[in-house]
Amino acid sequence: MTEFTSVGADVRRGGAGLPPAAGLGLKPEHYLDVLETKPALGFFEIHAENYMVPGGPFHHYLGRIRADYALSIHGVGLSIGGESPLDEAHLDRLAALIERYQPESFSEHLAWSSHGGNFYNDLLPAPFNAATLLRVCEHIDRVQSRLGRRMLLENPSTYVEFDASDRDEAAFISEVVARTGCGLLLDVNNAYVSCTNHGRDVHTYLRALPLAAVGEIHLAGFAQETDSLGAPLLIDSHGAPVAAAVWALYDEAQALTGPVATLLERDNDLPAFPVLLAEALQADRHLDACRKLTRVAA
Amino acid sequence: MSVATFAAALLNPAAPCPSGLVTWNGSDAAQRFGVYRNNVTVSLIEALADSFPIVQQLVGDAFFRAMAGEFARQSPPTSPVLAWYGDAFADFVAAFPPVAGVPYLADVARLEYARVLAFHAADADPVPVAEIAACLNDADALPALRLQLHPSLQVIDSPFAITSLWGAHQGSGDLADIDPAQPECALVLRHGLSVEVMAVPAAAGRFIDALQAGASLGDAVQQASDGDTHFDPTPVLGLLISRELLIGLGRKNQQQGEKS
Repeated sequence: MTEFTSVGADVRRGGAGLPPAAGLGLKPEHYLDVLETKPALGFFEIHAENYMVPGGPFHHYLGRIRADYALSIHGVGLSIGGESPLDEAHLDRLAALIERYQPESFSEHLAWSSHGGNFYNDLLPAPFNAATLLRVCEHIDRVQSRLGRRMLLENPSTYVEFDASDRDEAAFISEVVARTGCGLLLDVNNAYVSCTNHGRDVHTYLRALPLAAVGEIHLAGFAQETDSLGAPLLIDSHGAPVAAAVWALYDEAQALTGPVATLLERDNDLPAFPVLLAEALQADRHLDACRKLTRVAA
Repeated sequence: MSVATFAAALLNPAAPCPSGLVTWNGSDAAQRFGVYRNNVTVSLIEALADSFPIVQQLVGDAFFRAMAGEFARQSPPTSPVLAWYGDAFADFVAAFPPVAGVPYLADVARLEYARVLAFHAADADPVPVAEIAACLNDADALPALRLQLHPSLQVIDSPFAITSLWGAHQGSGDLADIDPAQPECALVLRHGLSVEVMAVPAAAGRFIDALQAGASLGDAVQQASDGDTHFDPTPVLGLLISRELLIGLGRKNQQQGEKS
């Protein structure tokens, strides 16, 4: 397996990573707010697939905003957990986008989204077993060698488990990180959602993850439903403010990782930009508190 | 459980829940699988709603969602780049029996998809105005002149009043004054960062079609002229210049786009 953590080319091409500050997902509705107000944010994140178009306003505004901010490119379509080989045409599009914008970070999901030539536009689950591990590691190796950089892998939100799983999620992720040298995008909301949905202890789960590899944290809101027995079934909706329990888990995670670049994700029911900015600044206050605690501990 | 059965059940509401799914508390796995089904279907419908807002207005929200859901089940995306997901939607609408009574709907969908293409089309710098003026002043060379047009520019010639119908739903013009059976030729283009839609005479549409197919200016005028009527390209050339859509000028025997 290729080692991506310390090679010179990787550092030159963004391996230095995102600054340990709050960032926001960049939405076309907010391009002008960002350009006109130049908010004090550490970075912006885009979904790679939205910018896989030849030209026009998306590239115009991203180019201008990228000139002022660190950038995270977050893929939602590589289908790293998929059974089929990676879509090389898609990987080429991704490589071109990364070449163009030279982001500080690239990340993708531990999930699949394509099968049999169809793209399902959702992050779908796979069993945690040896067969999936082999595929996921092969796919991450391919991505990292094609892009010439280390990627971050995001822990998933899931709603079902598989009888074909033979290990738990945190052990699976640890194995992927150890084998491929990829980093971890710790989605604290996903951790909370999945642990709630599967009756796991989230504090144990958190500590079983390869936290030394965390290169970014995601925070988001969830929707709450119930399963057929009345137990909570949380849906990773990206359509609500971050829940209090997730803020608390974020503090707990940061106490273990130290301050890490933190994205506030909001993709649905998009509020006005100042509302999102206020939530990002709240994350910055949590980051500051973490720094103070770290100093006291030191 | 195989990925294939999981995938197949996502877009088929009649398919049973895939086997091999378990839940920590013994709750119904099918209900939980329904979350994925819902995510997939709703997100694809939303993607289509983003690209086809006027089709949605014309048929109403509930009808649109049912129609888009049917399209998603029949034709799920084949690429993760969802901007292009509406590519086959107009053809689907044209053949969708429940909208047979709205014959112009498919062409309105074509117009809306052309707007998506124009919005994301490649950027291209216009030929400087002084250079265009120098070319146009050389009357002898005009018939052999080749014009390379901006990649956003598209012509949609329809037997229906698609531009007027589209415009009325944008708040320009009164729907009651529109005869949907009036043929209209629509131009869709991007000028700077803005996509524009306008109706032009059918001959102007043929003229642009000919230029885009590589015809010289003289040949394009010929192809646009209808029977005895000689087509005057002046207004449409003025439009192409004012909207910065001329991105290359060359002569007949030169490579397309090469500067003369």
